[in-house]
Amino acid sequence: MPEASASRGLVGRIFGPLHLPVGDNFAVAGLIIYAVFAFTAIFAPVLAPYDPTEILYSAEYNLASDLMPGEEGHVLGTTSLGRDIFSQILFGARSALLVGLTAAFMVSVIGTIIGLLSGYFGGWVDTVLMRLADVAFGIPFLPFVIVISAFLQPSIWNTVIAMALVLWRDTARVIRSQVLTLRSRGYVEAARVSGSSDMSIIVRHIAPNIVPLSLLYGSIAIGWAILTEASISFLGFGDPDSISWGFMLQDAFASQALSRQAYHWFIPPGIAIILVVSAGFFISRGYENLLFPKLGR
Amino acid sequence: MGKSCMTTPLVEVENAQLHYKVGSAASAMFGLPSVVKAVDGISFRLNAGESVGLLGESGCGKTSMGRLLVRLEEVTGGSARFDGAEIADLKGSDLRRFRSRSQMIFQNPFDAVNPRYSIKKTMAEPLGNAGIPKSEWHDRIVTALELVGLAEPAQYLDRFAHQLSGGQLQRVVMARALILEPDFVVADEPVSMLDVSVRAGVLNVFRDVRDKLGLTAIYISHDLALVRYVCERTIVMYLGRIMEDGPTEDIVREPLHPYTQALVAAVPTPKADQSHDPLPIGRGAPDPRNPPSGCVFRDRCPKAFDRCASDVALPQKVGTRTVACHLFDGAV
Amino acid sequence: MSEPLLSVKDLSIAYEIPGLDVVAVSNASFDVPKGSIVGLVGESGCGKTTMARAFTRIIADNAKITHGSMMFDGQDLAKLSERDMNALRWRDIAFVPQSAMNSLDPVYRVEYQLGEVLRGRGGMSRKQAHARAIELFEMVGIETNRLRDFPHQFSGGMRQRVAIALALALNPKLIVADEPVTALDVIVQRQILDQMRELQRDLGISIIMVTHDISVVAYICDRTVVMYAGEVVEVCDTATLLSEPLHPYTMGLKNAFPDIASAGTGTLTPIAGAPPDLVHPPSGCRFAARCPFAKDRCRAEAPVLKQAAEGHTVACHRADEAVSLRARAAEPETWEKVA
Repeated sequence: MPEASASRGLVGRIFGPLHLPVGDNFAVAGLIIYAVFAFTAIFAPVLAPYDPTEILYSAEYNLASDLMPGEEGHVLGTTSLGRDIFSQILFGARSALLVGLTAAFMVSVIGTIIGLLSGYFGGWVDTVLMRLADVAFGIPFLPFVIVISAFLQPSIWNTVIAMALVLWRDTARVIRSQVLTLRSRGYVEAARVSGSSDMSIIVRHIAPNIVPLSLLYGSIAIGWAILTEASISFLGFGDPDSISWGFMLQDAFASQALSRQAYHWFIPPGIAIILVVSAGFFISRGYENLLFPKLGR
Repeated sequence: MGKSCMTTPLVEVENAQLHYKVGSAASAMFGLPSVVKAVDGISFRLNAGESVGLLGESGCGKTSMGRLLVRLEEVTGGSARFDGAEIADLKGSDLRRFRSRSQMIFQNPFDAVNPRYSIKKTMAEPLGNAGIPKSEWHDRIVTALELVGLAEPAQYLDRFAHQLSGGQLQRVVMARALILEPDFVVADEPVSMLDVSVRAGVLNVFRDVRDKLGLTAIYISHDLALVRYVCERTIVMYLGRIMEDGPTEDIVREPLHPYTQALVAAVPTPKADQSHDPLPIGRGAPDPRNPPSGCVFRDRCPKAFDRCASDVALPQKVGTRTVACHLFDGAV
Repeated sequence: MSEPLLSVKDLSIAYEIPGLDVVAVSNASFDVPKGSIVGLVGESGCGKTTMARAFTRIIADNAKITHGSMMFDGQDLAKLSERDMNALRWRDIAFVPQSAMNSLDPVYRVEYQLGEVLRGRGGMSRKQAHARAIELFEMVGIETNRLRDFPHQFSGGMRQRVAIALALALNPKLIVADEPVTALDVIVQRQILDQMRELQRDLGISIIMVTHDISVVAYICDRTVVMYAGEVVEVCDTATLLSEPLHPYTMGLKNAFPDIASAGTGTLTPIAGAPPDLVHPPSGCRFAARCPFAKDRCRAEAPVLKQAAEGHTVACHRADEAVSLRARAAEPETWEKVA
């Protein structure tokens, strides 16, 4: 592992062994953003003043719609339907992180396993799996997700499944390359000659060198997953029962919030998406520095 | 499986071939070479206790032959047998027993050891694979390290590869190969990556250990002087075939095959006033993708004649040796 | 004795690593006569590559010449400005780096790469460059119809010849070659060495050859400089160096090389131990820890490079006892006792 910057210290000592990229300032910023949003997502019911789907009424049984920030105790105002925007933002973190992390996990795991099998065993296993990857490369991602959502019910899990079915392709290719390189290293051959089984070689010699690469691609996948989910929801194919940031954008768009200058409605979810997606890329940058320290010089 | 009796050779290779497919169906159609014949018809026998050098330049197939004998590759034709059993066909417990009897010493010590593993863990891997009880590990590791001349072996156990010098690490690689007390060792240019003043030490260790344990050894090298130091018998290879096979001293003093003659003449010695006569060999490099027809050496051979272009030169017995050269056709 | 082509005096080169200064070359002194091949011999880490690169001033960014001079043709290479140094590169002094055969750009034809030097630096026209390229290929022994080939179409030995052709392109007076034949097979190695010798004789240039292989030095070098742990320990003509070395390290090196010409297999005697840490070098003689003849004076006081005979300098306190030390050095037991 290369020398870390000043971010090493307490943070470094706790998180270092977990392969978290604490050496890069951007990566640490990304981790902090994630931590904040994760906290928000977990404690949303406690932090949010209202239920995000609840249609609220002000005094005199009037719909509390289109309120500006600050009015009647709504920090970010309300939507045209009288729902509290601030609560929606907080709960939106839930679906974003849920989708992001689950999809990233599945993409990472599926991609790594396929890349590992392909690279290590070669032969027909490699041929079959890589042709499968070629098919996945050929599938246009967003339209595919839309089609899946159309066939099955539009729900968050179907979005995740659609992503998992297609997005493993990059990870698989890269992991496969790395495994091919590792396989010809002297110590792997020495292990074969001393009688180590394939499984033992994979677990002991190959996997430890693969994990950082998986984490790198996984963290990139989080960003893509959240963006995808936001896009799907914005296009109207998302889960109508969950309030996500994409849904908020779609809601705002449908209610012509821009022309009404209701900035408080669509800017917060937009910023939230930008922050979380950027955080994902910052973290991936940290992994890149971990894996390829010479690039920085 | 105990040690074999003296009459069966420990290693028996008969017309072994290792052919790699290269290129695509399309490139084959265009007449581009589609097969690389790394090993093409090698035959020899090794009796228990013999040390044989596999000598040749890059591309001659010596490393491939070594890998075949430890089953890092499998023959695509012909046969390679260890203690009577076909190496490529071994399975299950027979394969495991083979793995504990036949080992390899690798060329680059820093590549042959996992940089994340302590020396202890590196040495323990073969022990774990062979099912040796953990209680015995420490003693066996220490004994193996002492065997290769590492004084006070306990100090190395918790160190890592990058903390050792090339010479020390290569001894560890050797110790790892010997820890299961194999019968047969293939050493693939074990000192070529080491500093010259360190080579002598590692070579001496190899010789001592081989004598002490009665190992059968194959020593792969392109350096005739090193082969001579270690092996009483030498097999000279060129483009996947054997050119000459016989006692090292005879080959060095009186090389019969034109290629061997060039090899012997080419070796520089640490003495001034060496002969600067041009080598009796044509220029150009051997290309395993496109070997010449007939005798593979004929395009560089100063003594080639018409038969060499049409007929492959088969190994023939000439005195104490085997030579694959048409000059000796019909010789006794 | 005519003026030497290159005269190195008290040269010191250090690498600056944060917090440390590693002195890679320490007070090196030797001469390179005109029209000769000089071998620079030593183990890895002894500083020979650093010094070789210093002759064309292409040392690493964090390396500095701290001390000493390199007089070449009346100019001190250590003190020249980058611009003046650049004028000398390729034209007067050429460098063939280690694994030069791998430093050819794979996407350009070989003639183009020669052309970069001939036209870019040499200022030749296209026609002149083409004619010179043909000439160079003939000199190094490559078929001239291969000028339009790409590097990957050549074998390792051929690529090394191309690298030598590149060095010869502008008719330099001095070529510095870093391990030019190490990566090559023995037959090709011999052919390349023969070619270099022939070129040296025909063109009257000087060659400095850096190598760790004493047999190569014996084959081709007129004079030899032996380095150990950043210092020059012995300099003299090769024949004398091999038959009557004065420095114990040189005596030990000879024992470590298997000699194919000697009768029987003999014994190789290693030099026990390892070179010292250059970050904290020992105060006395740097070889003392491994030397079978070290005395207290050796460990306390570093020996200075001194003239022992005509054309023979050595850095050893016991150089005058060399005859008896050599007899002892020939016996393996002498070296085993040091371990």
